[in-house]
Amino acid sequence: MTKKNKKNKAADASTAVAGGAAAAATVRAAPARSSAFEYAPAPESRAVVDIAPSYGLFIDGEFTEAADGRVFKTVSPATEEVLSEIAQAGEADVDRAVKAAGKAFASWSALPGAERAKYLFRIARIIQERSRELAVLETLDNGKPIKETRDADLPLVAAHFFYYAGWADKLEHAGYGTSPRPLGVAGQVIPWNFPLLMLAWKIAPALATGNTVVLKPAETTPLSALFFADVCRQAGLPRGVVNILPGYGDAGAALVAHPDVNKVAFTGSTAVGKQIARTVAGTRKKVTLELGGKGANIVFDDAPIDQAVEGIVNGIFFNQGQVCCAGSRLLVQESIHDELLDSLKRRLSTLRLGDPLDKNTDIGAINSAEQLARITSLVEQGEAEGAERWSAPCELPENGYWFAPTLFTGVTQAHTVARDEIFGPVLSVLTFRTPDEAVAKANNTPYGLSAGIWTEKGSRILAVANKLRAGVVWSNTFNKFDPTSPFGGYKESGFGREGGRHGLEAYLDV
Amino acid sequence: MSSTAPTSPQPSPAPERGGAPAALSDVTASDSTLRRFLHGLPGVDAVGLEARAASLGTRSIKTTAKAYAIDLAISMVDLTTLEGADTPGKVRALGAKAVRPDPSDRTAPATAAVCVYPDMVATAKEAVAGSTVKVASVATAFPAGRASLAVKLADVREAVAAGADEIDMVIDRGAFLAGNYRKVFDEITAVKEACGASARLKVIFETGELSTYDNIRRASWLGMLAGADFIKTSTGKVAVNATPANTLLMLEAVRDFRAQTGVQVGVKPAGGIRTTKDAIKFLVLVNETVGEDWLDNHWFRFGASSLLNDLLMQRQKLATGRYSGPDYVTVD
Amino acid sequence: MSEKTDKNVQAGKAATADTAGGTEQRRLSVFKTYKLYVGGKFPRSESGRVFEVTDSGGNWLANAPLSSRKDARDAVVAARKAFGGWAGATAYNRGQVLYRVAEMLEGRREQFASEVADAEGLSQAQAAAQVDAAVDRWVWYAGWTDKIAQIVGGGNPVAGPFFNLSSPEPTGVVAVLAPQESSFLGLVSVLAPVIATGNTAVVVASEKAPLPALSLGEVLATSDVPGGVVNILSGRTAEIAAPLAAHQDVNAIDLAGADEALAKELEIAAADNLKRVLRPQPVDNWAATPGADRMTAFLETKTVWHPTGSLGASGSAY
Repeated sequence: MTKKNKKNKAADASTAVAGGAAAAATVRAAPARSSAFEYAPAPESRAVVDIAPSYGLFIDGEFTEAADGRVFKTVSPATEEVLSEIAQAGEADVDRAVKAAGKAFASWSALPGAERAKYLFRIARIIQERSRELAVLETLDNGKPIKETRDADLPLVAAHFFYYAGWADKLEHAGYGTSPRPLGVAGQVIPWNFPLLMLAWKIAPALATGNTVVLKPAETTPLSALFFADVCRQAGLPRGVVNILPGYGDAGAALVAHPDVNKVAFTGSTAVGKQIARTVAGTRKKVTLELGGKGANIVFDDAPIDQAVEGIVNGIFFNQGQVCCAGSRLLVQESIHDELLDSLKRRLSTLRLGDPLDKNTDIGAINSAEQLARITSLVEQGEAEGAERWSAPCELPENGYWFAPTLFTGVTQAHTVARDEIFGPVLSVLTFRTPDEAVAKANNTPYGLSAGIWTEKGSRILAVANKLRAGVVWSNTFNKFDPTSPFGGYKESGFGREGGRHGLEAYLDV
Repeated sequence: MSSTAPTSPQPSPAPERGGAPAALSDVTASDSTLRRFLHGLPGVDAVGLEARAASLGTRSIKTTAKAYAIDLAISMVDLTTLEGADTPGKVRALGAKAVRPDPSDRTAPATAAVCVYPDMVATAKEAVAGSTVKVASVATAFPAGRASLAVKLADVREAVAAGADEIDMVIDRGAFLAGNYRKVFDEITAVKEACGASARLKVIFETGELSTYDNIRRASWLGMLAGADFIKTSTGKVAVNATPANTLLMLEAVRDFRAQTGVQVGVKPAGGIRTTKDAIKFLVLVNETVGEDWLDNHWFRFGASSLLNDLLMQRQKLATGRYSGPDYVTVD
Repeated sequence: MSEKTDKNVQAGKAATADTAGGTEQRRLSVFKTYKLYVGGKFPRSESGRVFEVTDSGGNWLANAPLSSRKDARDAVVAARKAFGGWAGATAYNRGQVLYRVAEMLEGRREQFASEVADAEGLSQAQAAAQVDAAVDRWVWYAGWTDKIAQIVGGGNPVAGPFFNLSSPEPTGVVAVLAPQESSFLGLVSVLAPVIATGNTAVVVASEKAPLPALSLGEVLATSDVPGGVVNILSGRTAEIAAPLAAHQDVNAIDLAGADEALAKELEIAAADNLKRVLRPQPVDNWAATPGADRMTAFLETKTVWHPTGSLGASGSAY
């Protein structure tokens, strides 16, 4: 090989890509780029994770079958390969888990905070130790790139447990009274877009404050929660403090409605959030809801353009756009529209879509066939309504669920793609003329989760941030998360905050 | 995905004499228009820039891609010796190494150039005679640049007369930081003129002294407007030299400059790049920021000395499967 | 006092005790027409209807406007219109305005004591204590306006080169069902925390004792409270609350004045646009010092991130 000249090597590289992918039964990475410098496949090893052929429900410290014996399959969205068969929780299982959690509550809540803290610190450390394993697992089950699970999800998961661990013995200093009390059993339902991170957001504050937990992961991504059950066992967490119930919406509904659940925490769609709000009406259950969004990412003409382009890309293509706080509406000042769009398209053309386990993949698979169908349908609607579609020139793998990074120009506030949450890699581009108009358009939505502002003018950042009706505002950055930073929405994006001191309130009787 | 740059004009040669390309000639008409233009360039957010550079640094370049990158990197090295203790013997050895970096493997490509002080140009020319290796010479009172224009031009002319193919000049950072952009511009155009038709001009900003990314972007445009064939980060003589972030910023500048003027300008990070891993990170920056038009030693260089041996050791490792050691590469 | 006396006369109570000497022609007092308070104005109900308000003994006190769904809608429009200016006012300014309410109320203590006594069947002394507590409550919240952000907001030490600040912001238009029993102190205790933080309010007064609430409108109108910041409706709580709970431009609802069945029904309706709901909680003593909970119930937390980074590129390396 070393005898070949540069050109031949380049040819060699591209052959290797095709050949290697054909040999691997996983994903055919299919870059359409024709650069001389083509990256050879760099797959993260699957060997680091050992997925059992089947998993049970985790109730009262034991893995157990569902009462009615039902099971469902979880697949890798990148290949449609069945990863494992999972026990499917039903109403009887929910009842059993809630009872186990209720039983565990007495002793768990009576533990000195410092002892609870040490359990959480143990969990944080074990997650750090097993972080590569969990990252690969998450990538397999969810379809998101290993780059993200390795560099974003897992570090944040561990950080979240570490952060709330420290609160467990300091609650009387949190500003919620001198002896704040836990609520009891927390029923928690989480989505598939950040399976383990959402678990951490839910479980860490719940345990730190002395509650016990019954958590239902999403039906398409149950594995990391079940591995977390094993982390709890390694940490020696008392039985029943954490119970994991993989299942579908019916199990979630039963959990929310269970009379012995004292606290409901949900992250997911606004439609389901509203249903939950109705279910708990008239009860004493405390509720926090973290729901949908249609975040505006506002780019002014004096923005740091190259960083803004990165921020736009990060805002809508991080996790394939399957992010509640995605910057799915780009509001660009009309005077720089063409220039910015040129830069953006050029940048999108360098995104690498393909095997999520490849360390160089930027865009992974859509989580499920159902989600892909929803994205496809909304994009078709956008085209039918006359918005102009542009998709990055990339070849999609044959198996699995994929959608090319896409943007719509010529979008107005009236277009469906400007109003409905697509929850996919689809950006709607709108223009504005003045800061007032930008704010008015940004706020013109029933949602209010996130927003972005790009300008080099400090006073404008503060003025615009002040006017935006959104729970998280990123200025000259986007999609940044931290356990110390409260997260949550205005309006129909839900209520309550997760993260930081604010995140404790949802789990305390205040 | 193929590159679909909205405007990708064919690279055209920079003007032979110094001065702005026609598309931007009004910008350099006066001190005030130049200042307005440079200060009107989009700002740079430091955190975002560094995050992007770091993110590209996580690319995993393996097997065939790595082999390609290593050879490409070797071919882009400006093998440099810029010591007060330089002697003809040292420069001859360097020349030999540039022409044949790995005596045990003739397939290893030659480096792009050797880079020496002006008084060593003639020696260097002899050492690389008959090869593709160019001779670059630092000039203009390198590295401080604290001399009169006449002295700087004499420095340049001497190097060119001795056969230098490339001139690496330093800008007057003092003038730049004092806001005297026109003075910097005029010096570059004068040096460009002194280079004549035969020598390509690399303009060194000493980014570590310019300090801010906004300054680096302004300096990049200033250099390109004045006719630089290459823009180069640093002398290697200060604390902070080439970094992925400042190189990414300069790559964005040459990308945007070509889009506006049709003129392609090269980029040379220099100083502090010592390992294959580092070099590959820079090549990834090039690949994903400006694309393959710059993946060639006519448009991208590494100013380095110890980097070459690490590249060679990694190359041997790829060829043999064994890790190499310093005894298996030459010390020159 | 004369007004009360006249009412007592009207209600058939013995009037002789108050008439000097009993021989002079007693002056016929002027009755007050109780009106709604919406958008800074005092309209009658658009329905044109009223209902009889009686004292605890069943004696007629006045006719109060019977608000309709449309009155509720108008009040929401007024509250929304006022929201931007009130939320955007400085906290110091809001504090001054709330303090001004206390000042104005202080001057009308006797009127309110008398209305409260009638409304709740309290002795004059008991009623006066309620009014005094209500005045003090305005003062308490006046002092909170520029402190709550420091209590519930703050900088967050994120693990990266970012400045990260969380601040409380008003949630928007809040529908307030005033407590049924405590017609004035209860009302002030639920209203003041809502507007102290910059929300605007649509208040449904105690159904059986709306007069102190309607009179409060007169105080607010002369206290620099911008029109629309507080809107006060009287009528059947269940009738007015239903459209408010379902209204898509109302951001939150305080169910203090709803019974269990109504509260559940309204909470379900409120889910349609995910209103923040403050469920009714038993209150033994409205005079007890309130915490911050009634303010935080109607606050959003906004967290703003901004890169900091190093001062210069020379500090960075890889």
